[in-house]
Amino acid sequence: MTDIPATVPRKTSLWARHKIFETNSIFLILGVLFVISIGGLVEIAPLFYLQSTIERVKGVRPYSPLELAGRAIYVREGCYNCHSQMIRPLRDEVERYGHYSLAAESMYDKPFQWGSKRTGPDLARVGGKYSDEWQLRHLNDPRSVVPLSIMPAYPWLATTDLKYNDIAIDMKVNRLSGVPYTDEMILNAAADLRAQINPEDPGAADVEKRYPKAIIRSFAGDPKRVTEADALIAYLQVLGTMVDFKLYDNKANLR
Amino acid sequence: MADDKHTPPEVDRLTGIATTGHEWDGIKELNTPLPRWWLWTFYATIIWAIGYMVFYPAIPLISSHTVGLLGHTNRAAVQVELAKLETQRTIQAAGLANASFEQIKANPDLNRIALARGKAAFGDNCMGCHGAGGMGFVGYPNLADDDWIWGGKPEQIQQTILHGIRWEQSTDTRVGNMPAFGRTGMLKRDEIAESVEYVRSLAGLDVEKSANLAKGKEVFAANCASCHGDEGKGNQELGAPSLTDAIWLYGNSRAAMTEGLVNGRAGAMPSWSGRLDPVTIKALTVYVGSLGGGQ
Repeated sequence: MTDIPATVPRKTSLWARHKIFETNSIFLILGVLFVISIGGLVEIAPLFYLQSTIERVKGVRPYSPLELAGRAIYVREGCYNCHSQMIRPLRDEVERYGHYSLAAESMYDKPFQWGSKRTGPDLARVGGKYSDEWQLRHLNDPRSVVPLSIMPAYPWLATTDLKYNDIAIDMKVNRLSGVPYTDEMILNAAADLRAQINPEDPGAADVEKRYPKAIIRSFAGDPKRVTEADALIAYLQVLGTMVDFKLYDNKANLR
Repeated sequence: MADDKHTPPEVDRLTGIATTGHEWDGIKELNTPLPRWWLWTFYATIIWAIGYMVFYPAIPLISSHTVGLLGHTNRAAVQVELAKLETQRTIQAAGLANASFEQIKANPDLNRIALARGKAAFGDNCMGCHGAGGMGFVGYPNLADDDWIWGGKPEQIQQTILHGIRWEQSTDTRVGNMPAFGRTGMLKRDEIAESVEYVRSLAGLDVEKSANLAKGKEVFAANCASCHGDEGKGNQELGAPSLTDAIWLYGNSRAAMTEGLVNGRAGAMPSWSGRLDPVTIKALTVYVGSLGGGQ
C-alpha cells in the first residue's frame, strides 16, 4: 500500500459547497423546504388553476344544513377510517359501486372524505342503495342485518338529539372556503334543518327550493325530534346522487 | 468539526478510500462510493421518468397539461375495459335482453347465464337486506320461500326490483301502507288487543282464553279486511301479506303484532332502475325466482 497518496486534491467546484448546509441548521431547513416545495408546486398548485381539474357537471349543490350536520357526525365518528368515498376509474370498482367518482362530486366537501382505507365498502354512491330503516338498524346493530360485519355499533346516534345551534356558523366557515352558501341559506339554516325531517313542516318546500332534490322525510322515524341518526342518514342518502349521469358527457371529461 | 479549509481529504491507509475530510473528535468518515447496482438503478429510474413524461400525461402548463404521446387517460381506459366486458357478456348472454322469462326458463343456457349474473348482482346489492341466499331478516322478507308480499311471478318480481317499494324517488314504486291504527287514534287500546287475538286465531297461533274473538272479528272486518281480505288471506296488489300462514315478517309475538297495529309498518325497498342496467335486473329476477319460491 505504498502507492496510496496521503491526501487527495480538494474539490472546489460548486458541487462541493454543501458544507454550508451541513454546518448551518437554518440553511439546511430553508434548503429542505425549498426542495419539498418543488414537489408541491409541480403536483398540487396546478390543480388550483387548471380548467380540467373539476368537471363541469349539473346537479352538485352545497349540502343542506341537515346533511352538513350529518357529515360532521360522519367525521366525528371516524367513518372515514374504514370507508372510502372514492370510486376509482377501474373496471371492478365501477362494476361494484357504480360510475367512478368525479372531482366535482366532492368540490363542496371541506375537507373531502375520499379516505385511503377500505375495511368496509366504499360509500361514494351509497345514497339510495338502502332504505332509511335499514340504515338506522345497521347503525344500531350492524350484525342484525349483515351477520358477518365487523363494523362497530353506533346505538347512541338514534337516541342523542342533534346539537345544531352552530350550524349557521358551520355554513359560514364553509362559505369562507368556497362553498356557495347564500345569506338566505345561512339565515334559515336551523329552520331548514328541522324542516327536512318533516314533510308537513311549512318550511319543507323552501328546503327543496334552496337545496334542489333534497330528500325531505323523517330519516330516523320521528319527524318531531332531530337526532344524530337523522342527520347521518340524510347525509348517507345524498352521497353520490347529485350528478345526473344521463346528462354527463364521459367523452368531454376524459382525464 | 475541524476546520478543513487547509486540510485536504486524506486517504485511509487501511482501505485505500479517501475520507470526506470531516473530523469529529478525532473520528473521520470514509467517502465510500455508492454501490454500483444502487447507482445504476437510480439512473434507470431517472431515464424511466423521462420516458414516462414523454409518453404519459405529466407536465402542467398554463391552461392544461401535456397529454403524452400515447394519449392515455384513466377514464378512457376504464371505458374501454367496460365496453370489453359488455361485449363479452353480450356474447354470453346473447338474447337475454330480448328473451321473455318463459324463454329463459325453457333454455338451459340462457337460464344458467341469467342465474350466474343474477347471483353476482344479488351479492353486491341485495344481500345487505335480504341476507345471503335471500333468507331475509326481521322486517326484510325471505325470498327463498313461496310467500310473496307483492307477487312472485317473474314480471312482479321484476317490477319490484325496478321501482322499489314505497320509494319516493321512483314514480312507479309500489305503495300501500299498514296504517298506524294506534298512534293516530283510529283504534282504541282494547280494540287493538282484540284484533291481535283474532288475527292470532286466523293464523292458528295460541289465543288468550279470555279473548273476545267476536269483537275482534268485528274490528277486523271494519278496519283490516279492506286490505288483508275478509279471511285474512292478504292482497298482493296492495302488498298486504296473508295473516293465515306461519310466515311473519316482523315476528308473531303479541308485542310485534301490537307494535304493527299501533305504529304501522312501511318497510321500504330502493328502486334499482338507473343503478343497475335492465339486463342485470332481468338476471336478478330469474335468480330471485330460483331461490325457492318463484311462480
